[in-house]
Amino acid sequence: MTGIVLIEIVIAAALVVGALFMLVGSIGLLKLDSPMKRLHAPTKAATLGVGALLAASMIHAFAFGDGSLKELLIMAFLFVTAPISANFIAKVAIHRGQDMPPPEPPNDDTWSTLDAPDTRPGRPDAPVEP
Amino acid sequence: MIAPDRLYDLALVFAFAALALAQLLAMIRLVIGPDVTDRILALDTMVVDAIGLIVLLGIAQGTQIYFEAALIFAMLGFVSTVAYARFILRGDIIE
Repeated sequence: MTGIVLIEIVIAAALVVGALFMLVGSIGLLKLDSPMKRLHAPTKAATLGVGALLAASMIHAFAFGDGSLKELLIMAFLFVTAPISANFIAKVAIHRGQDMPPPEPPNDDTWSTLDAPDTRPGRPDAPVEP
Repeated sequence: MIAPDRLYDLALVFAFAALALAQLLAMIRLVIGPDVTDRILALDTMVVDAIGLIVLLGIAQGTQIYFEAALIFAMLGFVSTVAYARFILRGDIIE
């Protein structure tokens, strides 16, 4: 009896923590004022929140039914892909000039994401200087 | 002092409400978003929130049958985010 009660308290705590994290991520998405700041709220907080919800689901399945570690698949997939999609969205923001331009690189001409191959000087397809 | 099973139900209801509110806030950003960057980000957030809602539905009904739906949502959400971003960046998805 006490074990069940303890497990229910653990599940409830995981649910509340996960839901709060996802809510905070969406509030940040709506409230922050520049694209890069907005990018940083949901990509981290929402991913952590869905991880906590999946942990709650896993504990629930182990306690009340036939438990399995399948939820770990979703968790691992989300935790691996969230930084990649965040990186792509940040690249879109940089290339569309939505935020302030990146600072000068310390020892190269430009940042690699802004370095288009056909505009490099000395290349055969470089634009001809008038 | 609240009884523990009541606590569990309350936590479930709170999680449903919080995720619905998060989904709504992301949808507001999707509608007002000044640029396409914010719209892609809002869609990505909505996909993650939808995965959370599906998982919550599975907990509430005590079944495991929603697991595949959540996994497919996770995969398609990632692929569509990358496809949107790539289309904006390059004007093409598969070159």
